[in-house]
Amino acid sequence: MDTSIWRALFYLVGIMAFAGLNAAYLGWCERKGAARIQRRIGPCEAGYGGLWQPLADGLKLMSKQLLVPQGVDGIIFRLAPVLAMVPAITSMVVIPFSENIQARAMELSVLLLFALASLGMLAILLGGWASGNKYAIISSARAVSQNLAYEIPMLVTVITVVMISGSMNLREIAIDQQGGFWHWNIFRLENGHFLTMWISFIIFFICSVAETNRAPFDMAEAESELVAGFMTEYGSMGFGLFMMGEYLNIVVGACLTATLFLGGWDCPFGLTPGVWWFLIKIYVLIFTFIWIRWTYPRTQIYRLLNLSWKILIPFSLANLLITAALIKVF
Amino acid sequence: MERQEQTRIALAKLFPAEPVVAAAVAAEGSNQEELPPRLAGVVSQDFARHGSHLDVLCHSEQVVAVAEIMDSEGFFLESIAGVDWLDKQQLEVIYDYNRLGGEHCRVTVRTLIPRIEPVVPTICGVFPAADWHERETFDFYGVHFQGHPNLIRILLPEDADFHPLLKDFMP
Amino acid sequence: MTVPVHLRHDETFVLNLGPQHPATHGVLRVKLTMDGEYVVKAEPVLGYIHRMHEKMAEGGTFAQFMPNTARMDYLHALAFNHGYALVVEKAAGIEVPERAEFIRVITVELNRIASHLLWWAAFLLDLGGFTPLLYAFDDREKIIDLLERVTGSRLTYCYMRFGGVYNDIDDEFITGTREFIKRLRSRLPRFYHDLVTHNIILIKRIKNIGIITPEQCRRYGATGPVARGSGISYDIRKNEPYSVYPEFDFDVPVFEECDSMARYMVRMHEMEQSLRIIEQALDKLPDGPVMGKAPKMLKPEAGYYYSAVETARGSLGHRLVCDGGKNPYKLKLRSPTFSNLSLYGEVAEGMMLADALAFMGSLDLVIPEIDR
Repeated sequence: MDTSIWRALFYLVGIMAFAGLNAAYLGWCERKGAARIQRRIGPCEAGYGGLWQPLADGLKLMSKQLLVPQGVDGIIFRLAPVLAMVPAITSMVVIPFSENIQARAMELSVLLLFALASLGMLAILLGGWASGNKYAIISSARAVSQNLAYEIPMLVTVITVVMISGSMNLREIAIDQQGGFWHWNIFRLENGHFLTMWISFIIFFICSVAETNRAPFDMAEAESELVAGFMTEYGSMGFGLFMMGEYLNIVVGACLTATLFLGGWDCPFGLTPGVWWFLIKIYVLIFTFIWIRWTYPRTQIYRLLNLSWKILIPFSLANLLITAALIKVF
Repeated sequence: MERQEQTRIALAKLFPAEPVVAAAVAAEGSNQEELPPRLAGVVSQDFARHGSHLDVLCHSEQVVAVAEIMDSEGFFLESIAGVDWLDKQQLEVIYDYNRLGGEHCRVTVRTLIPRIEPVVPTICGVFPAADWHERETFDFYGVHFQGHPNLIRILLPEDADFHPLLKDFMP
Repeated sequence: MTVPVHLRHDETFVLNLGPQHPATHGVLRVKLTMDGEYVVKAEPVLGYIHRMHEKMAEGGTFAQFMPNTARMDYLHALAFNHGYALVVEKAAGIEVPERAEFIRVITVELNRIASHLLWWAAFLLDLGGFTPLLYAFDDREKIIDLLERVTGSRLTYCYMRFGGVYNDIDDEFITGTREFIKRLRSRLPRFYHDLVTHNIILIKRIKNIGIITPEQCRRYGATGPVARGSGISYDIRKNEPYSVYPEFDFDVPVFEECDSMARYMVRMHEMEQSLRIIEQALDKLPDGPVMGKAPKMLKPEAGYYYSAVETARGSLGHRLVCDGGKNPYKLKLRSPTFSNLSLYGEVAEGMMLADALAFMGSLDLVIPEIDR
């Protein structure tokens, strides 16, 4: 037998397991983290430290009926949660966890990731639209304008990274940053890129918070305004898939940030690089996501759009020009 | 004291020395037969005892004029209450006015209307606050506020066909 | 599909906010006519938790209505207790011992802080910040424990009697209250102001949102923090002193900005002022009985009585009409948020949905008190 089939199978199982575990246990981490921030205990009944809680939640969600209310578009209504989940898992195919752990090292993997991220937004749009609920429709409209606004600065900052590394292959980008934190794109000494790249990193991080619809940019599911936004009409696993999709998007966002700016699997001190460094980086980033969410109140939709169009986009464009100049000069 | 005196004088202009109709009967006399029925007009009263400085009894058609005076004197409408005097077959509408800051002065304006087909002109045009208070009084007593832009049920269900604070209302 | 011609150009839609909605804190319904995310018209629909307390008052004796008062504003229940006790005492001419009035003030002010804390928590929840809720509840819990100790209940108190209060306070309550004052004073700057008040997102969200002019306050009869956030220095505790408030030295926080931030700041400062009042009351607490002489069956003289107290939300008025019988002939409650909410429609017009809800939160609505 061809070894490539075994390889495909291995990665399929591996990615599904990684995605499933993350989707389940990030929920637990979020609840525990929120609880600690709020001086509570959090889940503690099911298993040690509430570790079985995600399983119990999953069982509960799966045993409930998926109610399809009257007057909704049944096919799209059922399709939307799946659409939220699939692109997030698919994205993991091109993520280089370490030098040797990557399902497919595509040349245009950065492009593929962004294409899939847009699909995730489509799920929110379809779910909200198909629900036939006014809150859900407002929520979808918000989600679309938000994602549209934040994809631009995000892509522009990614272009700076691509220019520096000279490749759109995530693996190449990561390899390019090996050898200690002074090689990472964010602190890159070479050509003086550290002057502007930390700004790119901040812009990219803000955009990934907005892209994943996390507080303080959770306009789409602003529970005190839109009840539950696009998820208002969803129950059982429909809701569950949306939630898992959200967490997976966070994972993908953190992976992308770690690969593009933080040297991928590289050790900060240039010693023994490996997959654990990558995992440490993404979980620190994910913790930051959680931390921000439970600290700040929500902003308004027009301030959110202003932030993107009036601040982030000009800054990222300026950054692009300066980076290009730096590359040209040195 | 100045403010009270000023308000009293302003209000007294509405009531000529000899009231034309002496139909209004004060409720205080209900079980004190010897007291003569109170005439329409302005009376200063003990604030510590009654909680308002001026007590105004007016005819129902004077309600808007009183409200306009109160508005020009810088008062605000605190509440509107109804009272059902079943034995006298009268309804009473009580307007409480107060001032936001400045010298303290509370004014109670009362008007008596027949219990059957009770009609009072609205003061919504003067104080928008009256909108909801009048709707509430309509809700509970069935007092019809003439000229009210939106006189519908406010606290009771919109299809209710009763006025529960009338004394003869039996649930 | 057939669309009536007159509707074709009409691009607005009606959004039913409530009666069950996370932002209305109870069962308020607001009929919003929206143009996209802009509010074209906002029309509060009341009555979903109407219980006809005023009829209940007429049906029983004066004392029997006391428990009902706490069921209206369940957040500042003791002020409703206090207001009702005051109007009946006024009508029946009952003397209250000084110690009882001090205890009333202490408990009412503690309750006011609890109410403001809960408002703060719920307001931040409206704005999407969940964590402050638990910090505020942490402090509120201490107050509720203290009040439970002396009143016997945690939320819907029936503590005051005509002529005094039902239970004397003990040393443990006094030391507990002093500890609480210290605790809240140390926590207010750190947990409340550093974390939330100075947060740029919060400032941007509520500054210049929901402008209520002083003239609007007057025309709609808005009182309490809403009026004080519009630059009107009106606090019944100062302007129309009742109980033993004249004996205490406290300020009335007034902010001139007229926006939601001003109302926020008024409430935050009021908590500090309430702490001052409690501290002074504990220092000056006289000895003596906590119950004056009051007849078992009250029969106030026929007449009209009005009495107002300052609750956490504004001026609460009791209009009592007596006919000389043992029941209140008529008891009308002038609840502060009923008037405060009535200006919502005018002010919310043209706002975006998120701002309209932030503005609604800044009014501090307690629905059972509006609906009574």
